Amino acid sequence: MQDLSVRIGSLALKNPVMVASGTFGYAREFKGLCDPGKLGAIVTKTITVRPRQGNPVPRTCETPSGMINSIGLENPGIDAFLDEKLPVMQKYGVPVIVSIASEKDPEEFVALTRRLDKIRAVAAIELNISCPNMKKKRLIAQDARATASCVRTVRKATGKTLITKLSPNVTDITRIALAAQNAGSDALALINTVQGMVIDVEARRPKIAQAVGGLSGPAIRPIAVRMVWEAYKKVGIPLIGMGGIMDTQSALEFFIAGATAISVGTANFIEPGIAAEIVSGLEEHLRKNKLAGIKEIIGSLRAGLA
Amino acid sequence: MSALQTDATIKANGRVAHRFSRIVLEAPELSRTARPGNFVMVKVPDAAGALLRRPLSIHKAEAGRGRIELLYEIVGPGTCALSRKKAGESINVIGPLGNGFDFHSQQRDALNILVAGGIGVAPLVFLAQRLKKGKMLALIGARTAAHILCAADFRKLGCAVRIATDDGSAGLRGRVTDLLVDVLMRREKDFCPVLYGCGPKPMLEAIARVCRENRMQAQVSLEAHMACGIGACLGCVVQTTRGYERVCKEGPVFRIDDLVW
Repeated sequence: MQDLSVRIGSLALKNPVMVASGTFGYAREFKGLCDPGKLGAIVTKTITVRPRQGNPVPRTCETPSGMINSIGLENPGIDAFLDEKLPVMQKYGVPVIVSIASEKDPEEFVALTRRLDKIRAVAAIELNISCPNMKKKRLIAQDARATASCVRTVRKATGKTLITKLSPNVTDITRIALAAQNAGSDALALINTVQGMVIDVEARRPKIAQAVGGLSGPAIRPIAVRMVWEAYKKVGIPLIGMGGIMDTQSALEFFIAGATAISVGTANFIEPGIAAEIVSGLEEHLRKNKLAGIKEIIGSLRAGLA
Repeated sequence: MSALQTDATIKANGRVAHRFSRIVLEAPELSRTARPGNFVMVKVPDAAGALLRRPLSIHKAEAGRGRIELLYEIVGPGTCALSRKKAGESINVIGPLGNGFDFHSQQRDALNILVAGGIGVAPLVFLAQRLKKGKMLALIGARTAAHILCAADFRKLGCAVRIATDDGSAGLRGRVTDLLVDVLMRREKDFCPVLYGCGPKPMLEAIARVCRENRMQAQVSLEAHMACGIGACLGCVVQTTRGYERVCKEGPVFRIDDLVW
């Protein structure tokens, strides 16, 4: 039996496969198609203080090897989330990581964190400071000082594991990664979507209502692997790698680049059972290569060419 | 009833009209659980540029033979790749998905009017298979005579059929809603019209107008681009009087007066 367990801050995971925020709903949507009990952790759709109705339609568009979305963080708000969604999610016996975002920084981040801090069923908190679809001029995750200040403030409000989700839409991800680490983040999740745009040439209009959205899927995987590798060389806290993971093979790239855990995102839409399959796939890979545990692979990239 | 994921063997796959194809799948469980208005998410085979599954309405279901049929328009690389799949091969489908039509309270004196635009005939043939009470009338709208789908299927199921084409090459020259207005004007008063529709948005909007003017109710099935089809991504929402709702989950069938145009 290969050891797939990892630690993210104070959170022990039985395996390192999670699902990315916004791509797994609140888990019940996958009933009969994926057993969430097999996953290392579930990350919720991002929650805000007040309910958000989200952005106008069209919100999604397929692109070469990917898709663009601009959902705009549609969610029922923290009260309804705690009343209706969380009780169902905790039934799977898997840690639930709650993703949060704020419409008023940093007060709402603090308010949300304080509420979640008191709830046992919340295993960890993910700070979504990198959503590209909130109509903000600049994301917190695009500025090292803003990132440090936000993380530092939230850190004071909770003893739970704090994960900071980073944006790839920056010139140097390591500066933001270091800022989050030094401000007290327990782990980093990277990457959020890459900003992109698609145009209908006949109509000369953008194909999604907000014009610009977030690109995800295999198209962004090489960007994500590169950023995990860059961050791994600079920071000491665990990295949760994501961006276009479609199967075991692509998940392994992230571990080798330095990720302690991975999240499956867009692939959940196409193969709803894929995250659970990757858990078995990783175990199989370790067995075949006579490795005792996943930790032996993390950051195991060899230098240069063979 | 929850959706299931299955590899379905293709029994037949071929062109039925201009750019429209029909695929017959061996899917015993789906054939039993599917209801009119449900759809499936079809995984597109190895097609470059087609990452996501394609949502396709269930066109027919025969529980006895364990088969379902899907009718689709070849519009892009995904459906083009699908059209090249051969009998004997298999495709992966997830379903049945969505809410389906609500037709259980129908009366014996109902005049069931099925209004279809283009590929919108697909779920309405399945509905006609299952409607047991009242009379049935199918109104089919298409660009030209070559684009008309399923007129024979409807007739075989006991439906009267009327046709409208944009260019007048078959039936009435005009819109399918022109036919609808005509039917409502001439209808026998002892039959109560019940409307079901599926087609492009301008057609549904026109139906909504006719319904308002005649104080009638209708159920319409919406088409939408979908990423997941199971209610997770929130990509396919539509504006309703209750706020945004997911076409894939709360729909695809909506009461027409709940939709905000």
